[in-house]
Amino acid sequence: MKAKIRKIVTFVDETLSEQGRAVTPPIRRAAAVAVIENPYAGTYQEDLSLLIDIGEELGGLLAERAVSALGIPGNSVESYGKAAAVGENGELEHAAAILHPKLGTPFRKVLDKGAALIPSSKKRGAMGVVLDVPLGHKDAAYVRSHFDGMEVRVNDAPRANEIMVAVAVTSGGRPLPRIGGLKVSEIKGEDGLR
Amino acid sequence: MPELKIRKCLVSVEEIFHEGGPVAAFPLRRASALAVVANPFARAYHAEIRPFMDVLKPLGLEMARRLIAALGGDPKVVEGYGKAAIVGEAGELEHGALWHAPGGYAMRELLGGAKAIVPSTKKVGGPGTRIDVPVTHINASYVRSHFDAMEVGVADAPRADELALILVMTTGPRVHARAGGLAAKDIVGKDGLR
Repeated sequence: MKAKIRKIVTFVDETLSEQGRAVTPPIRRAAAVAVIENPYAGTYQEDLSLLIDIGEELGGLLAERAVSALGIPGNSVESYGKAAAVGENGELEHAAAILHPKLGTPFRKVLDKGAALIPSSKKRGAMGVVLDVPLGHKDAAYVRSHFDGMEVRVNDAPRANEIMVAVAVTSGGRPLPRIGGLKVSEIKGEDGLR
Repeated sequence: MPELKIRKCLVSVEEIFHEGGPVAAFPLRRASALAVVANPFARAYHAEIRPFMDVLKPLGLEMARRLIAALGGDPKVVEGYGKAAIVGEAGELEHGALWHAPGGYAMRELLGGAKAIVPSTKKVGGPGTRIDVPVTHINASYVRSHFDAMEVGVADAPRADELALILVMTTGPRVHARAGGLAAKDIVGKDGLR
């Protein structure tokens, strides 16, 4: 494995009620976060292919961890997202190299498919920085009930020479969606958008 | 009898491979379970609050079960534990104290009669408050390698009328424990201390 992993953290949240109303079935969301060494901390590196390969490794590993924590089959996952935080000696481009070129394919393989763009965010920050992982429906990015976000935080990461990489998966959208827009029942599933 | 109303649950698991030293043969795992429940005593002084401890008993057992499941399902792997409560703004620190008996005894029961007192902490705070849950060895409080803590919190809780109730279990010593003191192998196991 190319990634040097210091720790892996998983989170599962389950919402049973919102504003006094029952959420049936409860919505479950899971995130898996890897804290890895940043091989290029403190230096400018032109060729980021090592980080791109690390992204491919983590895409599969973290997706498996997150889906397993969620407790449903991969093909039942409804929405997904990804994010990374680079420690202070790193560069935003390091996060981009992990997240964008190769992370998605093994992630989608764990879910059987996933036609929609995987929504993402990135930042540089100190230990304990909060990552808000954006979430969108995995087959149709315009499904409004599934526009959401999940906060993850690891108190001792990222250290200055580390990167924390997160993926999130869910069993559903927001707890009580009622602002209209494209519904899950209306997904055509051809272009990843609608 | 006040009713148990659960809004959400959050389970998180950390798997720690190293912290700058040699990679551990068995990664340390720390798991936390947090339940957000309605505080039946918020916004007024109630002289009699003890009956709520019985209401919380099944929740304590369920959270302890979830922690053991999150650590792989075998209670024998659990070596450390701790508990905590965060009371929302319209409550009183004393409401957090209601968690001591149902939270602590639930873990001790499922872990086969663990001998040591369950270390704990509590505070009043708003949504997003973090709490450092103290952790010690389940059979002997003085085991120095197992003095640890896990930071826990959730972005949207506790609201003013809520309680966030927390249990933590761990599978071993700090990942690079080397500060001496009573070792787990030297536990006498009679008084819960040594």
